[in-house]
Amino acid sequence: MSDYEALMEAVLKGDIKTAVAETQKAIDAKDNARGVLDNGLIPAMDEMGDRFSKGAAFVPQMLRAAKTMQECVKLLQPLFAEGDVKSKGKVLIGTVKGDLHDIGKNLVAMMMEGAGFTIIDIGVDVAPDKFLEKVKETNPDIVGMSALLSTTMPAMPETIEALKAAGLRDKVKIMIGGAPVTEKYATQIEADSYASDAGSAVAKAKGLLGIS
Amino acid sequence: MIVVGEKINTSRKSIAEAVEKRDVDFIVKVAQAQVDAGATYIDVNAGTLLEEEIDALCWLVQTVQGAIDIPLSLDSPNPAALAEAIKLHNGEPMINSISLEKDRLDALLPIVTLQPCAVVALCMAETSMPTTTEERVEVGSELIDKLTDSGVMLEKIYVDPLVQPVSVDTNMGVATLGAIDQIMGKYVGVNTICGLSNISYGLPERKLINRNFLALAIAHGLNSAILDPTDNLIMATMYTVEMLMGKDEYCGNYIDAYEKGIISKQ
Repeated sequence: MSDYEALMEAVLKGDIKTAVAETQKAIDAKDNARGVLDNGLIPAMDEMGDRFSKGAAFVPQMLRAAKTMQECVKLLQPLFAEGDVKSKGKVLIGTVKGDLHDIGKNLVAMMMEGAGFTIIDIGVDVAPDKFLEKVKETNPDIVGMSALLSTTMPAMPETIEALKAAGLRDKVKIMIGGAPVTEKYATQIEADSYASDAGSAVAKAKGLLGIS
Repeated sequence: MIVVGEKINTSRKSIAEAVEKRDVDFIVKVAQAQVDAGATYIDVNAGTLLEEEIDALCWLVQTVQGAIDIPLSLDSPNPAALAEAIKLHNGEPMINSISLEKDRLDALLPIVTLQPCAVVALCMAETSMPTTTEERVEVGSELIDKLTDSGVMLEKIYVDPLVQPVSVDTNMGVATLGAIDQIMGKYVGVNTICGLSNISYGLPERKLINRNFLALAIAHGLNSAILDPTDNLIMATMYTVEMLMGKDEYCGNYIDAYEKGIISKQ
């Protein structure tokens, strides 16, 4: 197994040119595509998430790293064999009913994707019924709900109730977040987890699914 | 420049505690400090208290106005809270805010037309958030037209162009500045207002960014801002830029601020 330190560093810097060259180098050396992803790109994004959570990296750096990873994945994509890439889990994510804010939700989705989760982003102003319908349709491991307004937070417990009523509450883990949302509120409405930022959302999601 | 003092907001821990304990002295002190520092309105926001918001907002109105004769900016995305708070308010409040989101518009239009008040018109479309200058101007114009058609005077309308983080999209600053420019040019007499802190989300040294953004916004025609007036650095920026933009006769406000010690060696 080759060492992906240079690749990781390039992803963390958001240096697309070097990262793509390193990826190509690994491909030419006949490294398997999955190894490049699992041991190079994903650990780099994990590190970025950690730095962000600690205040040691900032939003634009996170966006840049994610963009860099995407460019590298484009090279790897054709090389993945069937069943080669094992998703860490499926996450259905959306901003709740009455709320049009998507920045936080998008950052969480991006970091989760970078960490190896499969993301189904159903957008903003998502009513409980819509969440329910999508849970039935896509069978996710985690449902993530975001709210930026205190007035739209009650749509979170409403969605949880809708899942309960349909007998689906126990089939999924529920994560919530957004500026006015707190750990206390998550406990109160019986969500499974609360994350305060995109970096910790990844760690919490892994915790919920029992993966490292 | 119309300054709306932003400090009485339950998203701040000390305020949340004071509101919970119904600590009149603490709240009045925070309000008075902002008035002394030059606030035109005192913003009151209890949004984080959820079900208790309405009671808390009403208490804040009575508490601040019980001690200080100053108009308040009643700040909530919840029309029901605004409807209750406005009943208790003396004089002309600022209602923060109305938008094109249907529930908010339908509930608030009758309230803001019932009595004289200033209205913040937030450039939020019915089903999306604007990103470009053009989208902001379109939403802002529609809001202005709806408000003036309902009898609200242009001079009472404060268009908030919806500041979004430059960390996420580096065009966001320019998009907002362009919207201020165009709205102020298109509707002479209307006001524009900004909260500043959104611009710096996701970046270090946020106050530095907020201050510089305020300077640029004033240069593009902004005439009102929601900020912390007890922060001397931001107030010094405001007085200086207003003077440089030719809005401070004989540099009077700048010199006053200097004499009060607001502007000192930086």
